[in-house]
Amino acid sequence: MSARLFYLLPVMLFAVVAGYFAWGLTDPDRDPNKVPSAMVGQPIPEMDLPPVEGLDLPGLSSADLKDGRATLVNFFASWCVPCRAEHPLLMALAEEGELRLVGVNYSDAPAAAVAFLDELGNPYELVGFDPRARTGIDFGVSGVPETFVVDAEGMIRYQEIGPLTDKILEERLRPIIEELGG
Amino acid sequence: MSLRAGLAALCLTLLLAGPLQAVEPSERLDDPVLEERARVLSQNIRCLVCQNESIDSSNADLAKELRVLVRERLVAGDTNDEVYAYLVRRYGDFVLFEPPMKPTTYLLWFGPALLLLVGGIGVGVFFRHQRATAAAPAPLSEAEQTRLARLLESDRPAASEPPERT
Repeated sequence: MSARLFYLLPVMLFAVVAGYFAWGLTDPDRDPNKVPSAMVGQPIPEMDLPPVEGLDLPGLSSADLKDGRATLVNFFASWCVPCRAEHPLLMALAEEGELRLVGVNYSDAPAAAVAFLDELGNPYELVGFDPRARTGIDFGVSGVPETFVVDAEGMIRYQEIGPLTDKILEERLRPIIEELGG
Repeated sequence: MSLRAGLAALCLTLLLAGPLQAVEPSERLDDPVLEERARVLSQNIRCLVCQNESIDSSNADLAKELRVLVRERLVAGDTNDEVYAYLVRRYGDFVLFEPPMKPTTYLLWFGPALLLLVGGIGVGVFFRHQRATAAAPAPLSEAEQTRLARLLESDRPAASEPPERT
């Protein structure tokens, strides 16, 4: 009897390993290309970004994000195609007015950034200019677009690496917006 | 050129080829000691855009900016660990190619040794079991003894029956 169990051992091992593989390959939250956020739960890094030249909006500093309002911080660039894809969603969020939207223009040229916002609309109250991605690095940004939600005290509550989609908005962002907005 | 000379030339070329690097002359530090430290650090820092390249070998803008940043931190007097910590605080452990030793990574670090140990014990138990069974075969029971005797008896060629041919 025990010998027969012994021969079943490889099959059982296979089942366990295959189970883990199936879990890892099918669960979208376990995508190995997705880097887990190290920034959630940390206060926002120090920054004092100048405005984008030619854009009629003030720049962005850390103090702006600690003035008691919940804020969505969006890193974008005019050359970034997924930014274009998520832009209508940001416009809709700005329209809704539940939280303030600010932008960081990442590794971009001012004229191109102005043209980008002229074409697609401007959802931001403030836009900081970060031509060398230094503030991006301080936020742990590895590429655009990335989006952070910062609470009223300037703590980072959420980081989305990659473009926002309706699904991400409803499933992950919305609960946090409601918690902070309420 | 003969084949042998060609092969020798190829080997020599491969031997002399340095590791791939993307560090631009303008990024280099004047202090050779600091520059060497920056190179060693850069080789263990992941470029998060290309993910399987170090910032030392990547041409991505972010990698370039991180190389400059690593050098700035070194010039400011950071130790190697402080530079790593600075990046890990922002990008997580993923930014390092060599995962740090901590409770959540013990299995990663010691797992292979553990598997070897378990496998070794398994093999040991198996051989010991085999030797034990081989050394002491169970004595034949009385029924087996008589059966053996009968078989041996019947194996003797009987004079009356000719050997069977097939």
